[in-house]
Amino acid sequence: MAMTTTAGRAHADPHHIGLVIEHPGPASKRIVTAYGFWVFLLSDIVMFSCFFAAYAVLAGQTAGGPKGSEIFEPRNVAIETVCLLLSSFTCGMASIAADVRNRFWFYLGMAVTCGLGVVFLIIEFREFADLVSRGYGPSRSAFLTAFFSLVGCHGLHVSAGVLWLLTMVAQVFAKGFRADILRRMMCFALFWHALDIIWVAVFSVVYLLGSGA
Amino acid sequence: MSDQTHMPAGHDLAPGDEEQHSVGARILGYVVGLALALLLTATSFFIAGTDLVWQPSIPVALIVLAIAQMGVHLVFFLHITTGPDNTNNVLALAFGLLVVFLVVGGTVWIMAHLNANMPPMDQIMPMRR
Repeated sequence: MAMTTTAGRAHADPHHIGLVIEHPGPASKRIVTAYGFWVFLLSDIVMFSCFFAAYAVLAGQTAGGPKGSEIFEPRNVAIETVCLLLSSFTCGMASIAADVRNRFWFYLGMAVTCGLGVVFLIIEFREFADLVSRGYGPSRSAFLTAFFSLVGCHGLHVSAGVLWLLTMVAQVFAKGFRADILRRMMCFALFWHALDIIWVAVFSVVYLLGSGA
Repeated sequence: MSDQTHMPAGHDLAPGDEEQHSVGARILGYVVGLALALLLTATSFFIAGTDLVWQPSIPVALIVLAIAQMGVHLVFFLHITTGPDNTNNVLALAFGLLVVFLVVGGTVWIMAHLNANMPPMDQIMPMRR
C-alpha cells in the first residue's frame, strides 16, 4: 500500500528522501519574515567579525598605554555575562508566553529581560567612563580604539535591543497578541539571543584572552 | 521507505521557531540551555584565571569553550537544528560562518605575515622623508 502511494507521488519526491511534499505553496509570512531577519542577523555577525579582526590585529599595539590585563576587571565581566545569559532565558520565557497569549508572564518576562539588559548597560557604561576618566579613552592607543569600537558596538546593539523591547511591550499592551505583533516579537527574540552569542565571543576573546596575555 | 512516508509534510520552519512542543517541553529546553551555557561560562572564567593547567593550552581551551557555548545558544535558544525543516536556516548560517572565518582568519593571517616581513618602524620613518 505504501509503495503505491509513494509511486503515485513520485514527482513530489524526486530525490526519494522519504518526504512527500503535497505542493505546500509559498511559505507562510511568519517563516518569510523570520528568515529575512535571520539573514540580517548573520550580516550583523559578519559586521562584528570585522571589528573582531581589527581587535585581533591591534590588541598588542598599546603605544605605551595600558595593556588589557591592566584595565579589565573579571568580576564586572562575570556579572555582565550572567546578566545577559539570564536575560536570554527570560526573553525565551516571554516569547513562550506570547505564543500561548499569556499577558502576565509576557510582561513579567519582558520586564526582567529589560532590567537585566539595563544592569548590563550600566556596568559597561561605568567601565567606559572609568577608563576615560583615567586617561585611557579610545584615542590613547590603537588597542583602546579597537576595544572601545568592538565592545561599544555590542553595547549600542544592546541599547537598541532595550528600546525595541519597550516598544514590543507597548505594542502588546495597545494591540494585543496579533499575528503581526507576534512576528515582531519573534524577530526581537532572535535579535536578543544573537546579541548573547556575540557577547560570548566578546568576553572570551577580549576579556578572558586579553587578561591572560 | 514505507515508515518514512508517514512523516508530516516537509514545511519549512522559521528560525527561532520550534516544532510543535508543549509549553512544559519548551521551558525545559530553555532551562537545559541556560544550565549548559552557565556551566560553559563558569568553566571559561575558571580556566582563564587558573594555574592548574598548562598555560599555553588556555587560549585554545577558551576558544573551544566559546565555540561550544555559541553552539548551545544556537540549538537551545535560536532553535537552529539539523532537521530537514531547518535546511534553509542552516545553509544561511553556514554561509555566514564562511564569511566570518574568511574575514577573521584572513585578516589575522595576512597582518601577521605583513608584520613579520616589514622592517622595524624606526627604519621605515626615515624613508618617508
